[in-house]
Amino acid sequence: MSEPRFLVTASPHLKGPATTPTIMWNVVGSLVPIIAASGYFFGVGALLVVASATFGALLTEVVFGAKGSLVDGSAAITGLLLGLTLPPSFPLWMSFLGGIFAIGVGKLIFGGLGQNTFNPALLGRAFLQAAFPLAITTWPVATGSFWDLYPGQLSLPLMSAQVDAVTAATPLGLMKFDGVATGTRELFMGTIGGSAGETSAIIIIVCGLYLALRNFLNWRIPVSIFISVAVLSQFIHMISDSYPTPQFMLFAGGLMLGAWYMATDMVTSPVTNKACWIFGAGVGALIVIIRLWGGLPEGVMYAILLMNALVPYLNQWTQPKVFGTQVSEAAS
Amino acid sequence: MLGQRLTFRHGVHPPELKGLTEAENIRRMPFPDEVVLPLSQHTGAPAKLIVKEGDKVERGDKIAVSDGFISSPVHASASGTVAAVELWPHPLGDYQTAVRIAVEKYSAQVPRPRIVPEWEGLSPKGIVQAVQDAGVVGLGGAAFPTHVKLSPPEDAKIDTVIINGCECEPYLTTDHHIMSEYPERVHLGIRIMMKALGVDRVMIGIEKNKPDAIEAIRATLPTDINVTVHPLTVKYPQGAEKMLIEALLGREVPSGKLPMNVGVVVQNVGSAATIAEVFETGLPLIERIVTVTGRGVKEPANLIVPVGTKVRELIEACGGMTDDAHEIVFGGPMMGAPQASLDVPVLKGTTGVLVLSKDETRRQESYSCIRCGYCLDACPVFLNPQLLGKIAIAGRYEDAEDHHIWDCMLCGCCSYVCPSNIPLSQLFAVTRTALRRAKAKSAA
Repeated sequence: MSEPRFLVTASPHLKGPATTPTIMWNVVGSLVPIIAASGYFFGVGALLVVASATFGALLTEVVFGAKGSLVDGSAAITGLLLGLTLPPSFPLWMSFLGGIFAIGVGKLIFGGLGQNTFNPALLGRAFLQAAFPLAITTWPVATGSFWDLYPGQLSLPLMSAQVDAVTAATPLGLMKFDGVATGTRELFMGTIGGSAGETSAIIIIVCGLYLALRNFLNWRIPVSIFISVAVLSQFIHMISDSYPTPQFMLFAGGLMLGAWYMATDMVTSPVTNKACWIFGAGVGALIVIIRLWGGLPEGVMYAILLMNALVPYLNQWTQPKVFGTQVSEAAS
Repeated sequence: MLGQRLTFRHGVHPPELKGLTEAENIRRMPFPDEVVLPLSQHTGAPAKLIVKEGDKVERGDKIAVSDGFISSPVHASASGTVAAVELWPHPLGDYQTAVRIAVEKYSAQVPRPRIVPEWEGLSPKGIVQAVQDAGVVGLGGAAFPTHVKLSPPEDAKIDTVIINGCECEPYLTTDHHIMSEYPERVHLGIRIMMKALGVDRVMIGIEKNKPDAIEAIRATLPTDINVTVHPLTVKYPQGAEKMLIEALLGREVPSGKLPMNVGVVVQNVGSAATIAEVFETGLPLIERIVTVTGRGVKEPANLIVPVGTKVRELIEACGGMTDDAHEIVFGGPMMGAPQASLDVPVLKGTTGVLVLSKDETRRQESYSCIRCGYCLDACPVFLNPQLLGKIAIAGRYEDAEDHHIWDCMLCGCCSYVCPSNIPLSQLFAVTRTALRRAKAKSAA
């Protein structure tokens, strides 16, 4: 009998259930209801925007990413999330370009998975906001039927899209420029104007809770954002009634999607729990400040990107206290 | 006390996998044809050889003596002839000097009468000396010489002895069966240790997943000494000394210090039972109980094994290997050492031998760190394994010291939870070896 050859690997010889692709694909799966809701409220145009952004992201990952890196699922998340932050009537070529930028400049030039400082989806959106300020702030009135596209969606690249669509203001726009508040019920259920993923708060909360329960996102971040936004806006609302209520601030715009899905991106959020609380509080405060006093009606994107830049410092300031280093020997 | 959950912070919950041997009562394996006894079976200086090739030895005879205080003698675990003294594969992965004894066939293996004296008549110092002469070391895995733990320095005020019956490593059931089958022996060992240390409080910590062991230990609890049993939350690494002390006494052992700095001595239940056994039988430590388990072995068992038995014969005593046996590990799956050869012998500190099947050793793809922070939530000593891992991969070993690499227990929790399958604890072991080498070099 010949001597068998054995595998020699370092301990531990057991492995926990969560793998990076499991986490990523679970996030992708949890986005499905949100995308479906966006199709329900805005029609096929919204789905095409999400699809073209995702296609741009996946294509870039395949061409320039590490071999086989598509499998880890992170490029799909970036594309889907980017699509969900865009108006449902957004021209598809712009959305596609955004997907390329998000993965190419947002992630791959930093070195791929796990190396980027800023949330790639939000970086893609920031790029689109700078490049196409008009298109990205044109919010359509939902088309009558599911299959109707929005005018200008299929325009060719660099051919300026005719902005003759019937537009509707978002709740945040109404608030900012007209001083009109939308009811919490509409915000909650999603019968409002806005980006593809900015509709029903309830669906986003349920999907986010699923991820939190499976520990695929750090619940401290959304909770901290909510507390910070609620407390700050309540305080400001108490000073003057002309400022929106905390309910409105929490459920309007991209806050839900941003708090559950963008701010919690593992790569660009802090590693220590203490830093997650600070990070969330910072995001919340910046959202309130930008929304109330900034030039834009919405501030979630810049709030998260700005806090992303602080993450390395937050991590450094909140290093865990090593076991046995906090006890004085006299006490023992 | 009711409803109080005794445990530590962080840690992980690996599958227990103890079912393979949980119901297997301890039985004795036949003597092998040869035993191989490395001179280094313990933490500290290797023992000094006192036999030569061709010498006849009886079971229990000393074949190597302690070399200094932190060292332990080695005894022949079977009667026979010294066939050779040569380099031999060691469970640590290298070759070390070992004594090969050809076991005498047809021998009754009757030991010499009483090599270890009776304990009742001995002074505390006498007990410690007898324990040292009997070659007793910690049986929980690290094999630290027991007599050293039993003789703390004068200025260390020891008020509590903790008996570690956690056995938090998956698969292993050695300590479990010692407690459920030989509870009186554990109690006798405790009594002897109390005398040696002059301590009057003993706490036995047992994880709650061993109700029959808790029951057996409780049922035989002596009433004339202060011994208490404490069921603990099932969590890995509950059996790590520092974690156990925190769970039972709420004391935090300072970084870089020992349990005795907080007035505690921790002993494994197996060591307690062995101390009792050597005084009862008069024989030194020449055999131990080993869990042989995993899906790669046909008849998993809890066996009494002569120290020095080669894995090959040990596995044969358990019905042999299955066709898909793929990896052999000494110890538990979280911290155990892989073996490349079937010739390595069982040592005094070998708690278990895992024969893992192909299915149990599934390899996983590695990915970049995604900064999920799972490892920070798992580390029982609150390190930042994510950052330390990056430092280790970059080879910046000196920086690792600033991030407390020496506080790492290599328990493997971080590697266990890492979704990107980064071999963190292996990286830390490599880092520490590199640092030790650099220090030795600069000292030379």
